[in-house]
Amino acid sequence: MSTAIHQLRASYAFMERNANLVKRYWSWEIVWLTYSVANALSVSYIGLGMEKLSGESAGLDGRFLVLYLIIGTLVWHFLSVIFYWITDVISIERWEGTIEYTLMAPIHRITHMAGQTFFALLYSMIFNTIILIVAVLLFEIDLSRANLLGGAVMLLAGSLSFIGVGISGSVLPLLFPERGSQMTHVLIAVMLLISGVYYPIEVLPEFLQKLSVLSPATYVLVGARAALLDGAPLAQLWPQIWPVLLMGLIAIPGGLKIFNLAERYAKRTGKLHRNG
Amino acid sequence: MTAAIYVDDVYKAFGKPDAERRLHLPWRAPASNGHSNGKNGHKPTVVAVDHVSFAVQPGEIFGVLGPNGSGKSTLIRLLSTLLLPDSGQIRIFGHDVDQEAMEVQRLINRVSVEASFFKKLSPMENLLYGARLYGLDGRETRAQVVVILTRLGLEDRAIRNPMEQMSRGMQQKVAIARALLSRPRILLLDEPTTGLDPRSKREVQAVVRELQQKEGTTILLTTHDMTEAENLCDRIAIMDRGKVVALDTPPNLRALVPGSNGTQPTLEDVFLELTGRQLVTEEE
Repeated sequence: MSTAIHQLRASYAFMERNANLVKRYWSWEIVWLTYSVANALSVSYIGLGMEKLSGESAGLDGRFLVLYLIIGTLVWHFLSVIFYWITDVISIERWEGTIEYTLMAPIHRITHMAGQTFFALLYSMIFNTIILIVAVLLFEIDLSRANLLGGAVMLLAGSLSFIGVGISGSVLPLLFPERGSQMTHVLIAVMLLISGVYYPIEVLPEFLQKLSVLSPATYVLVGARAALLDGAPLAQLWPQIWPVLLMGLIAIPGGLKIFNLAERYAKRTGKLHRNG
Repeated sequence: MTAAIYVDDVYKAFGKPDAERRLHLPWRAPASNGHSNGKNGHKPTVVAVDHVSFAVQPGEIFGVLGPNGSGKSTLIRLLSTLLLPDSGQIRIFGHDVDQEAMEVQRLINRVSVEASFFKKLSPMENLLYGARLYGLDGRETRAQVVVILTRLGLEDRAIRNPMEQMSRGMQQKVAIARALLSRPRILLLDEPTTGLDPRSKREVQAVVRELQQKEGTTILLTTHDMTEAENLCDRIAIMDRGKVVALDTPPNLRALVPGSNGTQPTLEDVFLELTGRQLVTEEE
């Protein structure tokens, strides 16, 4: 059997395993979906709330605010779910106690991560589609002007860099068996703060605005809003696309390198065996 | 002939020796032997495998006996590429476990004392996952899973129910099936029959013997069970405090100590004579 077929099958193993886990934990998935939909709607209602609170004289466009917020919510949900599925690559196996069996299998780490990533993309897309459908029905969102293809391109391009950041973040549960999983929340919380998910980054203090340049989500959000709110064509989105592609190009191989170093460290110090 | 397993002067310790610590504080004096003694706020350095050497020939069943904490499981993890030795060399059919980990991983599989699975998934789902990691075809694996698990005494219904509904003994059988699916040339069995009832124990032991005889699989087995070791193993190494204190065939090991009251010495007598320790302490 060729190495390529072996690695493809191994990659599929992670997708199939995760799908089976989702199937077996179906009740949890319903809880999570309900939470995600409710969360997205709550944030979006802030837009209508702002219009009401400011009064008609303020001239706020509630529909625009809802769309602005819902784009932020969807983009953030899409990217953060990918991030969490990838960082879970170690913590889920620590929880189940299977980590040694997975890491002693004859597979490249890129194979391992590719399987986890494809599943994460698929999972995130399904969740986001459901949230979007509910939001469109509830808020009577008009997407006739939106460049949906541009929005999708922006999301996919941005997901590359989040995959890289996720791979780097996944070493935390590897290195810190007890608290590593919780540490990954710090990464995502900082990105949420600086990326302009629910507000334009211009409202942030100057030093945070400077940091926002480093977050791939900043570019994805600007690009997605331009595509969906203003119907910007792909060519106009390019200034937002190339930075996230570049970040992905650096973050994915960089993340794999960091993971390999961390795995070696864990094997030297015996951290694989400990279940946190 | 290339040894199936070649272990040369392997040393593995856990916890940093004081010399490697960044911060040296005057009140944190190292113990006189150069290792931390645990009284200075750091975990003590534990020597798990202490300059161990041996070779296992292809097709051999090689036993490793020792009390808990003697270094058996660490040795298995070193052979499985899950730990890196601090010094010394381990070769699996000529491949270095550190430099050629992927080649080694293709040749081995392991069953540990903890049957580690995704508890919500069924044996079929768990084994399918495990088999795909070794590049096996899904359809073939599904058929193989049924054959192997039935051979190990599992009912067809149990194969599709979540693992969490199974007894520990049944889970251990699934763990053995997972290792067999990849048809390893070397099978590392870390106390595979611990916690199994006598009947299940025999079934597992029969499978081990069959693997050696029909497939020529090399097997390294750690166990607390003296009878199991004596019945299955061609040679046995006795480990204590990380060191191999004796290594020979079961009859030759028994010959190391004199019998008492006209009875032949048992392997346990040999172990007590060589180490002065019980195999399993009462607390364990």
